Amino acid sequence: MLVKLLSGDSPRSPLLALILLAILIALAFAPFLFPGIRSVDTAARICIFIVLVASYDLLLGYTGIVSFAHTMFFGMGAYGVALASVHMGRGFDALAVGTLAGAALAAVFAFLIALFSLRVRAIFFAMITLAVASAVAVLVSQLSQITGGEDGLTFLIPRELTPAFRFGDELFGVRLNGKLLNYYLVFLASLALFLLLLRIVNSPFGRVLQAIRENDFRAESIGYRVVAYRTTATCISAAVAAFAGALYAVWIRYVGPDAVLSFDIMLDILLMVVIGGMGTMYGAVIGAVLLLIAQNYLQELMGLGAGAFEGVPILPELLSADRWLLWLGILFVLSVYFFPTGIVGRLRQGR
Amino acid sequence: MTHPILETRDLTVRFGGHVAVDAVSCTFRTGELCAIVGPNGAGKTTYFNLISGQIPASAGRVVLNGQDITRAGVSRRCDLGIGRAFQLTNLFPNLTVLENVRLVIQSKRRMGFALFSTAASHVELTNRAEEILDSVRMMPLSGYKVSELSHGNQRKLEVALLIALDPLVYMFDEPTAGMSVDEAPVVLDLIARLKAQTDRTILLVEHKMDVIRSLADRIVVLHNGALAADGAPAEVMASDVVQEAYMGKELDIA
Ligand SMILES: Nc1ncnc2c1ncn2[C@@H]1O[C@H](COP(=O)(O)OP(=O)(O)O)[C@@H](O)[C@H]1O
Ligand SMILES: [Mg+2]
Repeated sequence: MLVKLLSGDSPRSPLLALILLAILIALAFAPFLFPGIRSVDTAARICIFIVLVASYDLLLGYTGIVSFAHTMFFGMGAYGVALASVHMGRGFDALAVGTLAGAALAAVFAFLIALFSLRVRAIFFAMITLAVASAVAVLVSQLSQITGGEDGLTFLIPRELTPAFRFGDELFGVRLNGKLLNYYLVFLASLALFLLLLRIVNSPFGRVLQAIRENDFRAESIGYRVVAYRTTATCISAAVAAFAGALYAVWIRYVGPDAVLSFDIMLDILLMVVIGGMGTMYGAVIGAVLLLIAQNYLQELMGLGAGAFEGVPILPELLSADRWLLWLGILFVLSVYFFPTGIVGRLRQGR
Repeated sequence: MTHPILETRDLTVRFGGHVAVDAVSCTFRTGELCAIVGPNGAGKTTYFNLISGQIPASAGRVVLNGQDITRAGVSRRCDLGIGRAFQLTNLFPNLTVLENVRLVIQSKRRMGFALFSTAASHVELTNRAEEILDSVRMMPLSGYKVSELSHGNQRKLEVALLIALDPLVYMFDEPTAGMSVDEAPVVLDLIARLKAQTDRTILLVEHKMDVIRSLADRIVVLHNGALAADGAPAEVMASDVVQEAYMGKELDIA
């Protein structure tokens, strides 16, 4: 049953299985295990980024396509929900329409980009995605009548998903309110999307993608239309990224260029997929958890460290919270150096 | 023999000013095994590339079963029945031996776009792949990654993929190149077994004269990209053009 849910793709390393199980339990019971607005917020972001990074892994790790437009697809889902909620009024119908419209738009964009660039050469795709993503980000900032420009849009989500909605008193000291429901919406949708992606990469289609990554020339000569497969993978990846974006918008109840379209998110996705391990799906889980926790708590930890070493030359300077990006960079270089196949790859070798 | 299956008409390709294949017209018939010979650089591999679609022709036509496929893409030609094994081993190196064969069978059965079932659940594909591996005596290697195989076994797998594809026209480009003396006969035996299935057409680029003598129904000689001779083995081997262009060179005439 469990193996079926995982589409037969077991973690293939006891330690990895243990870590994944721990993460699953932590996320499933996050509001109860780690009460507090900030930690639940981190947990929700982790869920969403797992999906986002896994959908990117479908492209990069399984198909061997480099794209810089993944944040754009994420943003389309987010803006879809925001715009639908603004124009249709708060409600679940607005969320559904916005999500589906965003995913459809993302798939159409992906299709057009793929059509124009993948026919030429796969590397061309990377450049086109970079250009299109930049253009869309500028456009969104400029069209302030529609998108709210740089300020973005704040919108109302259904009352049932907000803290104002109560459906009971307390359970294990946790308030039973709409925010809790919102978290579980995010968690369950993310879990479903992740399992869907896991199924796709383990399907006959997924095997073709891997064959294309390994040797596109040979894949074509045994009868696979490489362009059609790459295009389909791009569209699926974009649509799932848009779903993740929609969940994100519902969670933070706001969209803006910095929050959902910035190139920083693209860099985060790349870091997460590489550190976790490309072409493994589980790498997305490990990468997202590690990086988001580091981003959220490293700054504080370093602030503490800087305080502790006050008076010592240089050290407080190096540990100052502003330097956290530097440390993240060092961490990244080290991890790529020591685990070229990512953490998941390393754990599987070590079995 | 029976009816024509594959035909090239004045098939030509130029690379810059260099004519690599020069107006080659040839008709191949169902069930025949045709050896294609010629010194290195004669254009044999390029001729294959034109037939299987890896390179677009500068002029001329390729006709398969009466259908003009000159403009068709590689995967389309594969669907129509052209199967190609490569001179330089060309496999999926980080996938297992079994997965390599499975991919071919999956393609043949047009199942590549099955998105929501697991590959493992299609037991019939796996069974068929194992049958093929068994027939080429590679079953013990099925779980290995291709990159872990010896050169000889990679060449053998190259042939196995073509057998799995089971095309109308088999194209082997120096299938035994770089193989040891004990490995080569295994591959040649596989080709001989294919030849015994009388409805399959085989084009074989091969240097070893004894192999050609024992397997070929017909020999086509390419020289500087052009067709230099075409006919029954005994006749072609005796002809002046072959003595001069090919046999005269100190190629490995075993
Ligand atoms: N893609 C290419 N571009 C330029 N020249 C090529 C190309 N492919 C083959 N050639 C040239 O065409 C000629 C025939 O090569 P090839 O078909 O590989 O010969 P063979 O297989 O008979 O040894 C050679 O002179 C080779 O250098
Ligand atoms: Mg050659």
